[in-house]
Amino acid sequence: MSKPEASRSESGATHDQVPGWNAPDFPSAAKILLADSQLRKNVRHATGVITQKRNRVVGELKDWPELREAGSRIRQHALDHLDEYLTQFEEACTRAGGVVHWARDGAEANRIILDLLEQQSATEVVKIKSMTTEEIGLNPALEAAGIHPYETDLAELIIQLGHDRPSHVVVPALHKNRQQVHEIFQQQMHLKELGDRPEDLAAAARSYLRERFLRVPIAISGANFLIAETGGACVVESEGNGRMCLTLPRTLITIAGIEKVIPRLQDLEVLLQSLPRSATGERMNPYTSIWTGIRPGDGPEEFHVILLDNGRSGILHDQEAKQTLKCIRCGACQNVCPVYRQTGGHAYGSVYAGPIGAILTPQLHHMESSTSLPYASSLCGACFEVCPVKIDIPEVLIHLRGKVVKKEQTTLSGKLSPWNLGMKAAAGALKSGGRLHTAQRFGRAGQLLFVDKSGFIEKLPFLLGGWTDTRDLPPMPAESFREWWAKHGDGENASLAAKKEQP
Amino acid sequence: MTASGARTAILDAIRSSRGADQNPSENEYREIPRQYQRSGSLDPEVRLELFEERLREYDAAVYRTRAADVLQTIATILSDREKSRLVIPQGFPSTWLPPGFLFATGDELSALDLDGYDGVVTVCEVAIALTGTLILQSAPGQGPRKLSLVPDYHLCVVSADQVVETVPEAMDHIAKTSSLPTTFISGPSATADIEMTRIKGVHGPRSLDVLLIH
Repeated sequence: MSKPEASRSESGATHDQVPGWNAPDFPSAAKILLADSQLRKNVRHATGVITQKRNRVVGELKDWPELREAGSRIRQHALDHLDEYLTQFEEACTRAGGVVHWARDGAEANRIILDLLEQQSATEVVKIKSMTTEEIGLNPALEAAGIHPYETDLAELIIQLGHDRPSHVVVPALHKNRQQVHEIFQQQMHLKELGDRPEDLAAAARSYLRERFLRVPIAISGANFLIAETGGACVVESEGNGRMCLTLPRTLITIAGIEKVIPRLQDLEVLLQSLPRSATGERMNPYTSIWTGIRPGDGPEEFHVILLDNGRSGILHDQEAKQTLKCIRCGACQNVCPVYRQTGGHAYGSVYAGPIGAILTPQLHHMESSTSLPYASSLCGACFEVCPVKIDIPEVLIHLRGKVVKKEQTTLSGKLSPWNLGMKAAAGALKSGGRLHTAQRFGRAGQLLFVDKSGFIEKLPFLLGGWTDTRDLPPMPAESFREWWAKHGDGENASLAAKKEQP
Repeated sequence: MTASGARTAILDAIRSSRGADQNPSENEYREIPRQYQRSGSLDPEVRLELFEERLREYDAAVYRTRAADVLQTIATILSDREKSRLVIPQGFPSTWLPPGFLFATGDELSALDLDGYDGVVTVCEVAIALTGTLILQSAPGQGPRKLSLVPDYHLCVVSADQVVETVPEAMDHIAKTSSLPTTFISGPSATADIEMTRIKGVHGPRSLDVLLIH
């Protein structure tokens, strides 16, 4: 069988190795995952707990709407002037002793990191949880080069030791319960006497990683925010593994999407309130680190920042979808989403799952892959309601569905697809009252084949069967309202209605 | 493929995404509405009580003392915790070091050395009542970041006038020294990665005590 040609990235590399590009479509992936009742139970439990905590700590802030509005405007403003703020960040960070690199895509970012590691003859690195490094497939690239990455966030450690994939942006191992984690740790850390209380599991991770923190001289991190004004970077975390990586190694490499920049330090007074409350339902997460370049005597001697595009600048060109990039990765939209809560994150075939993943992933893939994701939503709007930076996710979902359809319509198979033909026919029928009237007359005649003894339509053929698989359809009544009106309305209006019905 | 090629390509792609008639960012930035609560409104004593409550809620222990009794209270806390070998940052007040304990200045110690101590005692730059947060910077009495990270126990001495009510007030306070490495600490190290249950103690200090001088 010949292999389809892999998409080419801007730097000339192929997307073959990048996670998510060749993922199965959402309905097929979801169908398999929905059969895993343990996974569904775990996801439902964890998302239920976070949502409840989030609602409590958000509810106690009287100024939450104002924080949301300010957060939204700060992020929007940063995107409107992204070039300016990125160059300002670059200048300030360089002045403070940092080295700034730019990467068009994941392959280029991985290349920069591998070159830096090669210069230091590194054989291992410690890592802070970073969805950006997951996005570009950094770990497989490091392993291929003979460098071992140690994930140090508890959830990422569970994923790494269990040879699994992250399913949530904040709590990547949310689909595993304590017994499953216990099993993974027991096998992979060779601990016979390990208890299965969360405390025991956290203690096991502490002793497993402590020696590595003290020994490994290079760390790789993501960033929650880059501050243009000061050249500073900010990482928000809970466990202290982040602080270990940011503070103890000799060299620190931070990779961040270009959209992570905020104008000023003062902006953190908003985002450091809305992010922890939305992400983990805490008033403040245990540890937040802010550092600016190099500080002799405190932290690494060498600091590199990689500014990653990887499809982001393309999203800026789409005015309606641009707001996607305001995201601060709190995961609140995943926790409330009725679709995510059933399927979990893996069905989305991307490190960015849930509602935000459904709009971000296909756009990062230039709408060439993951195009089933904008349909993975009931458009209920819960995601918009909880979003701390007011991303109107349902609006973007509909916009992207339109893009998917328009793109399909440019191909011959798309033009001839039953959906396209059906929709074209529907559009024709709905063009005028007269045409609708004609269509209704045909419909009334045609439906006789399908109405059963109960008086309902229980099974429709072809594509329409999707509707009747789970519900019955009442048949069209013998007379439409217009027909009734023509008979019973007053003379003048009735003739008016009849006149209007002429095509 | 040159490095500057990537920079130019990315910036060009961003610039081409918008029209030329753009307002200066300065003016637009000023128009961002900031109607949220910036300043606190609580009485000083109520503010301190809130601070204590929020700290306790995240598993930190809180003690109160008068300025004259700091030395004695530190001795009591450390004895109760059975901590005898401690590190302190340069610039930590020597009048607060009770006899009978080992206090080593930790700024120059390696992480491996720090790992051998029972705990660390520091002051902080500013604290936030509403979120139960201590903010430490790389400064005298607070030390480089590794000090409050590697040892398994942290005692932080906070004076009442350092406690502000809101996050914006604290950000105003650190704006002048924003280039210093800065750490926000809210309770001891914790995780909620297993079944979303907050459990105390992963990689940072597993116990955090706060001594409030009022």
